Amino acid sequence: MSETIKNFLYLNRKAPYGTIYAWESLEVVLIGAAFDQDVSLAFVDDGVFQLTKNQHTSAVGMKNFSPTYAALGDYEVKKVFVEKESLEERGLSLDDLQHLTWEDEDEDWAEKDSIHLVTRAEMAAIMDGADVVFSF
Amino acid sequence: MSTLHTVNKSPFEKTSLAACLEHVSAGAAVLLLEDGVYAALTRTSVEGQVKSALDNVKVYALGPDLQARGLLEERVIPGISVVDYAGFVDLAAEHDKVQAWL
Amino acid sequence: MKFAIQVNEGPYQHQAADSAYFFAKAALEKGHEIFRIFFYHDGVNNATRLTTPPQDDRNVVERWAELGGHYDLDMVVCVAAAQRRGVVDEGEAQRNGKDATNIHPRFRISGLGQLVEAAIQSDRLVVFGD
Repeated sequence: MSETIKNFLYLNRKAPYGTIYAWESLEVVLIGAAFDQDVSLAFVDDGVFQLTKNQHTSAVGMKNFSPTYAALGDYEVKKVFVEKESLEERGLSLDDLQHLTWEDEDEDWAEKDSIHLVTRAEMAAIMDGADVVFSF
Repeated sequence: MSTLHTVNKSPFEKTSLAACLEHVSAGAAVLLLEDGVYAALTRTSVEGQVKSALDNVKVYALGPDLQARGLLEERVIPGISVVDYAGFVDLAAEHDKVQAWL
Repeated sequence: MKFAIQVNEGPYQHQAADSAYFFAKAALEKGHEIFRIFFYHDGVNNATRLTTPPQDDRNVVERWAELGGHYDLDMVVCVAAAQRRGVVDEGEAQRNGKDATNIHPRFRISGLGQLVEAAIQSDRLVVFGD
């Protein structure tokens, strides 16, 4: 679609449902996947709450969009960086999050983890390496 | 790559400034705008945090936002440069990207 | 230099729309190009021509429209966000069976791909929000 390939970083720092930012930013990620850019997702601060398991929204009358994260692999979104310190500050560990995977075409469709747990320093380096940062 | 980070939240209400400062690399710049300018003042509980950030990064505050809030430039922490919107544009152009800590 | 600007908040509720406007104006006055201004989330409310602020307040919508007219800016409102919030043009009104439109003619409604394209085509994406 375009001759330029940029490193896109989607920065997620907000929790879901209380505001619409998490859901509408995920919509950008899905649309953006068609543009064949080098895409990474960063979950920092309250953004880590977006990925938790067991979200049930029927009693608040809102759409549960958490299953959409599991579909990211099908959209070739393979790099999901979750900040370790942000999880720990919120009493969470990787076990509290959904297991996100993608299938590697080059290795006979082997299932691979999309989520990479990174330290704050590593997250800073990931941010530094981005050409474009989307904030919502 | 050098980044211009923007922070538009009061540090007394939200953690955006702290989160930003924990992720900035040496050589980056931080622009305080909107309610973010409250972090630029002396004698606040975040003054120490901002002053130590000044060792690594440049910090700017948006003048029109200071003025709107009745904040005098003499209250701005020494080392923080006050810029107008044209200065904001220059900063955005001088750095490789702009990262908003919303 | 080519800028893309993203506005995430509506007028009046949050200063983001004002900051974005003054940034855009300053960039244009310095001779920079603005590839596109993309209105997302409640930012789509920047495009409703029915806005009627009190006389002593700024008219955020008209201010965008004047800047857009002067510099021939591409000001795009996200269709999905606009549908949710009732910002409607002729085509959307017909498609969704609505009896009115409210978009200011200086703005156009289009898809999220326009934001992604703007980020690719521009030298800088600058985001204003809450």
